[in-house]
Amino acid sequence: MSTTEAPDLVTTIGLEVHVELKTSTKMFCGCPVGFGGEPNTRVCPVCLGHPGTLPTMNEKAVEYTTKIAMALGCDIAPRSIFHRKNYFYPDMPKNYQISQYDLPVGERGSLEVEVDGEFYTVGITRAHLEEDTGKSIHVGGGGRIHDADYSLEDFNRAGTPLVEIVSEPDITSPAIARAYATELRAILEYLGVSDVRMEEGSMRVDANISVAPPGERGKKVEIKNMNSLRSVYRALEYEERRQREVLRAGGTVTQSTRHWDEKAAKTKELRTKEEAFDYRYFPEPDLVPLEPAVEWLRQLREEQPELPIERAKRYERKLGLTPYDAGVLRSTKALGDLFEEALASAKKADAKQVSNWVTNDLMSVLAAVPEGTKNPPLTGSNLAELVDMVAEGALSKSQGQQVLTKMVETGLGAREIAEESGIKQVSDEGALEEAIDAALAANPDVAERLRSGDNKPFGFLMGEVMKATKGQGNPKVVSGLIRRKLIHPD
Amino acid sequence: MGIGREQVEHVAKLARLALTEEELTLFEGQLSAILEHANTVTNLDTEGVEPTSHSMPLMNVMRPDVIIPSIGAEAALANAPAAGDGHFRVPRILEEEG
Amino acid sequence: MQLWERTAADVASLIASKEVSAAEVTESCISRTNEVEGDVLSYLTLTPEAARAKAAEVDSAVAAGDPLGPLAGVPMALKDIICTQGTRTTAASKILDNYIPPYSATVAERLYAAGGTMLGKTNLDEFAMGSSTENSAYQITKNPWDLERVPGGSSGGSASAVAAGQAPFSIGTDTGGSIRQPAALCGVVGLKPTYGLVPRYGLIAFASSLDQAGPITRDVRDAAIVLQVIAGQDPRDSTSLPSPVPDYVGALAKGIDGLRIGVVKEISGEGVDPAVQARFREAVQLLEKLGAKIGEVSLSTFGFGIDIYYLIAPAEASSNLARFDGVRYGLRVDGPDVATMNSLTRAAGFGPEVKRRIMLGTYSLSSGYYDAYYLKAQKARTLIARDFARAYEEFDLLVSPTAPTTAFKLGEKTQDPLTMYLSDICTVPSSLAGAAAISVPAGLSSDDGLPVGIQFMARPMDETTMLSAAYAFEQELGPLPKPPLWSTS
Repeated sequence: MSTTEAPDLVTTIGLEVHVELKTSTKMFCGCPVGFGGEPNTRVCPVCLGHPGTLPTMNEKAVEYTTKIAMALGCDIAPRSIFHRKNYFYPDMPKNYQISQYDLPVGERGSLEVEVDGEFYTVGITRAHLEEDTGKSIHVGGGGRIHDADYSLEDFNRAGTPLVEIVSEPDITSPAIARAYATELRAILEYLGVSDVRMEEGSMRVDANISVAPPGERGKKVEIKNMNSLRSVYRALEYEERRQREVLRAGGTVTQSTRHWDEKAAKTKELRTKEEAFDYRYFPEPDLVPLEPAVEWLRQLREEQPELPIERAKRYERKLGLTPYDAGVLRSTKALGDLFEEALASAKKADAKQVSNWVTNDLMSVLAAVPEGTKNPPLTGSNLAELVDMVAEGALSKSQGQQVLTKMVETGLGAREIAEESGIKQVSDEGALEEAIDAALAANPDVAERLRSGDNKPFGFLMGEVMKATKGQGNPKVVSGLIRRKLIHPD
Repeated sequence: MGIGREQVEHVAKLARLALTEEELTLFEGQLSAILEHANTVTNLDTEGVEPTSHSMPLMNVMRPDVIIPSIGAEAALANAPAAGDGHFRVPRILEEEG
Repeated sequence: MQLWERTAADVASLIASKEVSAAEVTESCISRTNEVEGDVLSYLTLTPEAARAKAAEVDSAVAAGDPLGPLAGVPMALKDIICTQGTRTTAASKILDNYIPPYSATVAERLYAAGGTMLGKTNLDEFAMGSSTENSAYQITKNPWDLERVPGGSSGGSASAVAAGQAPFSIGTDTGGSIRQPAALCGVVGLKPTYGLVPRYGLIAFASSLDQAGPITRDVRDAAIVLQVIAGQDPRDSTSLPSPVPDYVGALAKGIDGLRIGVVKEISGEGVDPAVQARFREAVQLLEKLGAKIGEVSLSTFGFGIDIYYLIAPAEASSNLARFDGVRYGLRVDGPDVATMNSLTRAAGFGPEVKRRIMLGTYSLSSGYYDAYYLKAQKARTLIARDFARAYEEFDLLVSPTAPTTAFKLGEKTQDPLTMYLSDICTVPSSLAGAAAISVPAGLSSDDGLPVGIQFMARPMDETTMLSAAYAFEQELGPLPKPPLWSTS
């Protein structure tokens, strides 16, 4: 529990996650799916809702939705149908959304998440398939919806396949909510069914949060506009605190929808739930039911990739990695794949060494690369080459880091970069001894102090030798030689 | 089952129809009469009967995920009552999305 | 005989055999149209230039010896609810007054590909909601048999165009009887295919689970020819049936001998005008004479057809018509905000019957009423289909009058929607069951001298049996008198 001053209150959170699928075409027409671009260019009579047009179901979207439902442990409906959800909105071309209602593709799943070493199971109510809306731009009035002079509609996004994943209200803290959203994003990324970019809206998280004494039901507040995993956490933490303060002051929380304002770090009330929507759901007569064949489902199950949590467990058990390292390695599918490829082709380095290179050094290099952890610009065998070179002593650790940075920049192999840039490690004792002698000759007091047991100038001497060897001296060999020469002469 | 004035107004709002007083009064009476006639249906015994939403039993009708060229912004906007900057233009929106 | 008087089959064969040119046929129909259009007002939009251009194409194909489609050079009229790329399509509504579709309906594409030359778009009840074509926002179409009377509806313009000699055939749409009832009232043939046989892509939707397009023709053979062209699966319509299309024209000669035909009690007696009943009974006797085994069948749920229909169709319509909101196409009446703009646009753009049905449908889908109305009606629909199935264990075809009355006077039923709704009692049950049905002229009423139609209802996808029986009946009955308007030229 993130707020400790009122332990008599319990927080209940449920999340509704919308994910745009990475299909080539829209849910119900052949227009391409994409992000950005000139307005109203990825449209046709169907997704513009022209009179007389009819929807036709994208089989890939159905497949992806079924895969998602399977990965979340849902029961796959032997028969599922589409409904029309009727309400007017100018970015919704037909003024109804084709969605699913009482017979969704998947129901009754669960997701295991970890927060600070504790495991929590969050129930999944349902995973259903629907179509996305277009986008409205509010012009004038500072871009604020209510004060705008007018709005502009772009239907490029209209009809993009969207999966809605609804959790049970099992989540008891903002930290668990964030972990749930993070885990869900990782699963979707592993399945390869979505770009899951929250900043572009291909993954959108809405939350319901209520605070009440144990055993009581609080008033549900819905929170919208959380555009990153960080803002999911911040918004829920803010809202939890706000509701607790209202209740502690003897007030009541109003059932409402609130908007998270990232800059102000506050939620603001959009509307109260008093006038409930009446969506007049009814079965979509333009589409026919989905009844997945047993054989098709079996095939999809076989194709399911290892999920992130399974992968992490395997790294811990079979490779002996720490939970932290396993957690970093499985955070995206590409990162874990890279690690496994590197490990497979490494000749000298072991799992721990390869893992350290990925979780520490590569992660810091990739931090500067957009989408770096999703698409690391290097191959596993190149990484293995580098890790082996360091393990063999051909490169020092810091030289290795230097080479790694260049590998990410250029896409070239480790050996190639090291050779071209002349980065190598000198371990030849004769050459190094010469350098030590030269340094001692230039600084006679240093030899004196070291011999007399004063270790302070040791670092200075190391530095001088490394300078003289242009950083290529093998630090292990250099320090060994110095010790042998001055500190523990044979 | 009669239908009251308030309900008629509510339904008109749901359906986005700015009806006149005369129309509201007319529909109040006519809808009541039609629904009263339809009560014969509500009295039919349909216990255990599955609803028919499609008269022919088709299933799993899907299309391959293959791109069909779009019609282009000019054709898309050709029928627009108001357009600007490649967009459809509408008066300001007061309510949030459902 | 003038070219405009000929059937589609005749015209096609005259053109193919180079006896006449497509241009001559087109000109004949255009001048006939101009001659009587002021009286009947069948068309909302005339497209003579497009028809001439298409006829010229056909004539070059004939000259070059290229293969010709089955309707090469045959003029046609399409109900103005069928989208035609580049040609205004209004659904007879002010809300689509200026609407130019960016695409064509599958039905239209198939007809163009078969060589049909489109003369224009015909009048209808706004969004096909009505039984007299008086709900058009534009004009009142007259019955060619009596200009004081309605042509029926909603495909009234399509039926009157064929009956008045303006086009050899037309396409209508039928949701609860909108092809068959006007065909009966205008003394022509109207066929509603099995739901899913003819693709709905491009038909402006009224009630999606019921809408079907079909031919209106001067004889049964033409109905078979046109159906052959427009039937068959379409990847753009998920509800279109994958079964292969049989040879309808080839099946015409199968005859009627030995067929078991059931007269449906609930829609053939009480509630049907006595003169219509009398003519219908004579028609049944004729079927018997042709060798059919006639029996009577009682299908109790048919009595609920209208009520079920008026719970389902308006509900679907209320959702289908939500897209007319002044944002992307069609009429806009401006307002200070988008919701007000939507409401003002829809109030100004829709006529009274459309508003009434949107209100009814919105209500029957709304929270707290869905189970009692819409869901209940969908279950009752299952009962109707079961009644049909039971009847088809005993009979190959069912028959009834197509409409309870002959053409009624203009304005006679406009005041009371319920009375108007009852015009469809005979046609609604097969719509709800998704089954095929055809209306064929059965002669004139002895009471008012106006046409009466007999309706043949078949099992789903059994258009061949239905067409062969209708054809045998038509051949045996012999040619009917033409409407008085026929002789004005």
